Amino acid sequence: MSPVATSDRAALAVTGITKRYGERTALRDVSFEIASGELVAVIGPNGAGKTTLLSILAGIASADAGSVSCPPRDVGWVPQQPAVYSKLSVRENLRLFARLERVADVDAAVARMLAQADLADRAGDEVGRLSGGNKQRVNIAVGLLAEPRVVLLDEPSSSLDPRQRERLWGFIGELASRGTTVVYSTHNVQEAERYADRVLVLADGELLFTGSPRELESTADRYSTGGDFEAAFVRFLHERGH
Amino acid sequence: MRWLLLKDLQILRRSPLLVVLLIVYPIVISLLIGFALSGGPSKPKIAVLNEIPTNQRTFDLGGRAVNADEYTARLFGSIDPTFVHTRADALKLVRDGRVLAAVILPADITEKLASGTQQATIEIAYNGEDAVKQRYVESVIRSRIADVNAALSKRFEQITVRYINLLLDGGSLNVFGRDLQVLGLTNAKKILDGAIASLPGGSPLRPALGQVDRFAAIAIQNLGASGAVLQSVSEPVRAQATNVAGSRRTPLDSYAVAVAVTVSLMFLTVLLASGLLALEREEHAFTRLVRGLVSRLGLLLEKIGLAALCSFTVTFGMVLALGAFFVELDWGRLPLWIVALAAGGIAFAAMGVAIGGVARELRAASLLAFLLALPVAFLALVPSGAVSSGLYDVVNGISAIFPFKPTLQALDAALNAGQRSIVGPLLHLLAVAVGYTVIARIALRRFG
Ligand SMILES: Nc1ncnc2c1ncn2[C@@H]1O[C@H](COP(=O)(O)OP(=O)(O)O)[C@@H](O)[C@H]1O
Ligand SMILES: [Mg+2]
Repeated sequence: MSPVATSDRAALAVTGITKRYGERTALRDVSFEIASGELVAVIGPNGAGKTTLLSILAGIASADAGSVSCPPRDVGWVPQQPAVYSKLSVRENLRLFARLERVADVDAAVARMLAQADLADRAGDEVGRLSGGNKQRVNIAVGLLAEPRVVLLDEPSSSLDPRQRERLWGFIGELASRGTTVVYSTHNVQEAERYADRVLVLADGELLFTGSPRELESTADRYSTGGDFEAAFVRFLHERGH
Repeated sequence: MRWLLLKDLQILRRSPLLVVLLIVYPIVISLLIGFALSGGPSKPKIAVLNEIPTNQRTFDLGGRAVNADEYTARLFGSIDPTFVHTRADALKLVRDGRVLAAVILPADITEKLASGTQQATIEIAYNGEDAVKQRYVESVIRSRIADVNAALSKRFEQITVRYINLLLDGGSLNVFGRDLQVLGLTNAKKILDGAIASLPGGSPLRPALGQVDRFAAIAIQNLGASGAVLQSVSEPVRAQATNVAGSRRTPLDSYAVAVAVTVSLMFLTVLLASGLLALEREEHAFTRLVRGLVSRLGLLLEKIGLAALCSFTVTFGMVLALGAFFVELDWGRLPLWIVALAAGGIAFAAMGVAIGGVARELRAASLLAFLLALPVAFLALVPSGAVSSGLYDVVNGISAIFPFKPTLQALDAALNAGQRSIVGPLLHLLAVAVGYTVIARIALRRFG
């Protein structure tokens, strides 16, 4: 994959990505651009290809065809399951990954992330003893240690209760407002509607829709029979043959 | 890589169960081996019923008083005897499993021995509840009886030789308390020679006495050789041990040390390496790490290095402790011990990461490690000649692809100044280590 020429504003450009697992095509010719500082939600039902797409952007999986403009080194990665060591404390985890990322000032980066993720009072606790919400925040903090221009989060809210979700979205919103480009996946349509500048709809590996939540809503409205947004979204997918 | 290594050490330190296993396991193995070696085989418990009346313990054998206790002591020398007074007691102890067997010395045994013509019989009762025990008892008793027989037949031989000498040279013989003078063949011949010489030349007695004289000469000649003949009869086969040059000069105990240390090294290293690698996946950290933070090969080498380092430390301590307290080791060869342990540790660790890479999950990895380690050790310890040669080749072939046998050979060569070189096993270990690292690297393709 070689970087492709894009407009200056685009933090991330994806061109014609296809990914196959044996007979199964997980992604089919997916292309889009994401502007710097944008907060983008990738939505779609389970098995749509969201994780596959983010993994390719993160450099974990390789595409069978297509290219990604941003080198994986510049991308922060927050996997769906907290990828941190449960036997180490919050601070030890942050310090370890800061060193592995070769961050210039390890202590400063750790202190910054502890403050940003509101984890300073849990810094000495073993991650294994934290609640799911706090664990997820450590997971996100690790992904942000190297101050990447683009952050990818795979279903960051899926294992959290409503209160923890509120805090999470507050945190992610702040991140975007400071100029970081954020791409996250979710299968929760309302969440995407509320917490995204732009929505990408993925189903069966195909990119069906790109636009603002409002545009998605109005598109879905055409399929509405007076029910809620979610129901309209499902009918929208049906209409498109999924 | 350095940070990853420190991280893993920190995780290990915070896993008390694992650390206890790491430290306690080799200590237990060392102590078991150490005590087994220094204590020697414990004596089997045998019930003894001595029915020989006290006044018949001393009996007459060829005119000499023989004390039966002298021989029964020989019988009980390598057993732990429990003396009982009735046959029923003896059998009960056997039936209850309190003793391995009962030996019953019948009252008439000294009588039969003294007769010199009747075979004395000892009764042995044992509990044939399992085949191994039965074979063990039989071999213990048989070897004791062989000892007694050997001692007694030596005695019979001496007596017989004494009688023959009496026949040849004459002397006094005690019969029912009375000393009888025996002339002896040599003296008889002298008298006969004198008598023949004194006879007139044409005497009709001459040819007849000449025949008797020639018989006496032949008898003297042949009876003179009878001592050697008797000796060869009483000990027809004498075993002389010859060691086929250089094959195995290691004393058993330091070989046992090599086996114990290799077994510990194997379990520790394989479990540790496979577990540490599987843990990276279990914690979902693997995908994060291989996103440019560390290469897959680097990750494998880190796990191999860490597992080898930990198990080296523990097993090296184990060898030092065994050498200090239990077994005589040649301390001048210490550098070789280090080389052998390090090489074995690296090879086992490579096998461990291959297992961790293939199994992917912590529990599956541990299970696979155990399932593989046991038969591998078992196969490597199969001695040549215990199975058919074709099967032995197969066993050898299988052993060659696992690090156990070369590690055992390297450690054996390091511990014992034999003719076997350590270089061959070290090269073998290197090849095995590279092979498993390659397998692990391939397995990591679908690890994430
Ligand atoms: N490693 C893999 N091997 C084979 N098939 C896979 C693999 N990962 C994902 N898939 C398949 O690709 C499709 C997309 O999966 P995924 O990207 O995980 O979906 P989502 O994250 O949207 O739920 C699914 O059908 C899934 O079964
Ligand atoms: Mg997913």
